[in-house]
Amino acid sequence: MSATLKNDPSSVSTEDLKRVYYSLRMIRRAEEEVARVYPSDKIKSPVHLSIGQEAVAVGICDPLEARDYVSPTYRGHAAYLAKGGSLRGMVAELYGKATGCAGGKGGSMHLIAPEVNVMGASAVVGTTVPTGIGAAFAQKRLKTGAVVANFFGDGATEEGAFYESLNFAALHQLPVLFVMENNGLAIHTGTEKRWATDRMCERVATYGIPTIQFETSDVLDIRAATIEAVAQMRDGGGPHFFECKTYRWREHVGPGDDYDQGYRSDADLKKWQAMDQVAAIGDRLSPEDRAKTDADVEAAIKDAFDFAETSPWPDDSQLFANVYAGRGA
Amino acid sequence: MTGQRTLSYVNALNEGMRQAMTEDERVFLFGLDVDDHKGIQGSTKGLVDEFGAERVFTTPLSEDAMTGLAIGAAVAGMRPIHVHIRMDFLMLCMNQLVNMASKYHYMYGGVAKVPMVVRSMIGKSWGQGAQHSQGLHSLFMHIPGLKVVAPSNAHDAKGLMLAAVRDDNPVMFVEHRLLYPTEAYVDEAPFEVPFGKARVIREGKDVTLVGVSNMVAECLRAAEILADAGIEATVLDPVTLVPMDYERIAAEANKTGNIIVVDNGWTCCGASAEILADLAERGMGAKMKRMGFAPTTCPTSPELEKLFYPNPATIAQAAHEMLRPGHSFTPDPERAKLAYQVAFKGPF
Repeated sequence: MSATLKNDPSSVSTEDLKRVYYSLRMIRRAEEEVARVYPSDKIKSPVHLSIGQEAVAVGICDPLEARDYVSPTYRGHAAYLAKGGSLRGMVAELYGKATGCAGGKGGSMHLIAPEVNVMGASAVVGTTVPTGIGAAFAQKRLKTGAVVANFFGDGATEEGAFYESLNFAALHQLPVLFVMENNGLAIHTGTEKRWATDRMCERVATYGIPTIQFETSDVLDIRAATIEAVAQMRDGGGPHFFECKTYRWREHVGPGDDYDQGYRSDADLKKWQAMDQVAAIGDRLSPEDRAKTDADVEAAIKDAFDFAETSPWPDDSQLFANVYAGRGA
Repeated sequence: MTGQRTLSYVNALNEGMRQAMTEDERVFLFGLDVDDHKGIQGSTKGLVDEFGAERVFTTPLSEDAMTGLAIGAAVAGMRPIHVHIRMDFLMLCMNQLVNMASKYHYMYGGVAKVPMVVRSMIGKSWGQGAQHSQGLHSLFMHIPGLKVVAPSNAHDAKGLMLAAVRDDNPVMFVEHRLLYPTEAYVDEAPFEVPFGKARVIREGKDVTLVGVSNMVAECLRAAEILADAGIEATVLDPVTLVPMDYERIAAEANKTGNIIVVDNGWTCCGASAEILADLAERGMGAKMKRMGFAPTTCPTSPELEKLFYPNPATIAQAAHEMLRPGHSFTPDPERAKLAYQVAFKGPF
């Protein structure tokens, strides 16, 4: 099944909109600040910015509960923040500081936040698709009622482990929402050079998994569909699959844009910017609410960057700490 | 070894897993055919009946994703045992083992951990050949964050299994098919064999033989042959390869001044090379030799295959040459036969 939902505006409260906007705006502005600071070389970590793709992470994560898991990608600032990962912990991690969410050992591509059930992100494309279903397996066995939102890009779907994971998740009816962030690019190579056909939802549906394709990544559409899918999974239902078409505004890695490189056109950018969800949701708030949210976001970002700037470097002893866990150390 | 009861290696594996699953609900066991009527040569037999299909289940042939499944489940609080009927199949798991499992604790600053056991079995004889015989433990020894254990006997098979399941790290559990029927004294109560403690199995003043996995048995038989020639060999089992008890190995090598490491794998960049490199870096003046798989692919014809592996005669000859260079030494061929050539019948 492939369909495009139209969300019912009346089902979204002002509080919902304020929360969704805060999250969208926070991710956008935090990453813009990362990009602004980046040329100073204070962030010595390859950053894969989500700017332009925030709506997918926010639409999926907003309805999730604390007990639910998110398995993010290396382009994962958005999913990490949307699930409630600490902004301070993220920025300090990018700075390589001891107070980072991974103690300064992981950097931008390896965010993690176990306190809000954000699993570790990986720099090897597709590796977190199987670990995400592993977390879903644990939820089913431990009967937590929690679900896993398993994020990956269009590139990851070309790895064999993706299909292995779909098959097993469907076979065992695991509570996992597969979230494909389809920005159409693997680094600089478009899907037209990588896919025999673009009928991804059809392929996935053959595993008996319900699928939805979102043509524009409308944040409230994704949110509404997530609420429905999560409810079914909490009720014992198996996996769901969302293909969320989206667009990466910046270069693959780094702070800038790359429309002068010739592999894509800024006409595409303009098309997607016209549908920008940060602005669209902001426009639905009252000017007062919007201004207050914007101010709150700026304060949180300033706090996080100040925190990262003033945090200590990891102690030399940390080089060898945590190679092995627990009594195995 | 303590205890009065003897148990086979395969049943010791089975008992170790049974006790690990009994004591901890979070432990589950999975892999192709763990729940079928044969139960991985018997090592998992009966466990599905005892613990149910939720905790003991077969998988699709999806080694890559199934390894990731184990990792994700471990991160989320479970303690998986993932079973592969041949070690060769671990090559399909390398991405998850090397890029994820080994690094998860470190890469995320110690806030998450991956307690999992990866069982795999090395095959030998009866035409196992190129892709059913590989001893690839050194590949895993290379990677910080993985532990590697290689029980050579039933006692260690059980004690290492319990220790591995209770360990908070990914543990590569290296088994050998030819050891499955071998018996040893094994306590009925749960016990652990500690990681990082080598064991001297036989003491001799002239030469130190270090055996890995089933090469321990071949070293013991070599020691008997050498004893007939008046050469006394120490036989040492590292028991675990990561962590490796380098101190004990060095101490034993120092006593005899002669050391041969006999690996159940290739010598190039292998466990034997690593052990001797450690001794060399200590400035030890001992005579040293590596033995292991011949530097070629394992053939299936028995006449070629027997040339591929070290055997009691070639090990004894190497020791003899080290101690009495230039003196020829030809052990009785009957005594040089490998244990399986006498006792084992296929098919697998």
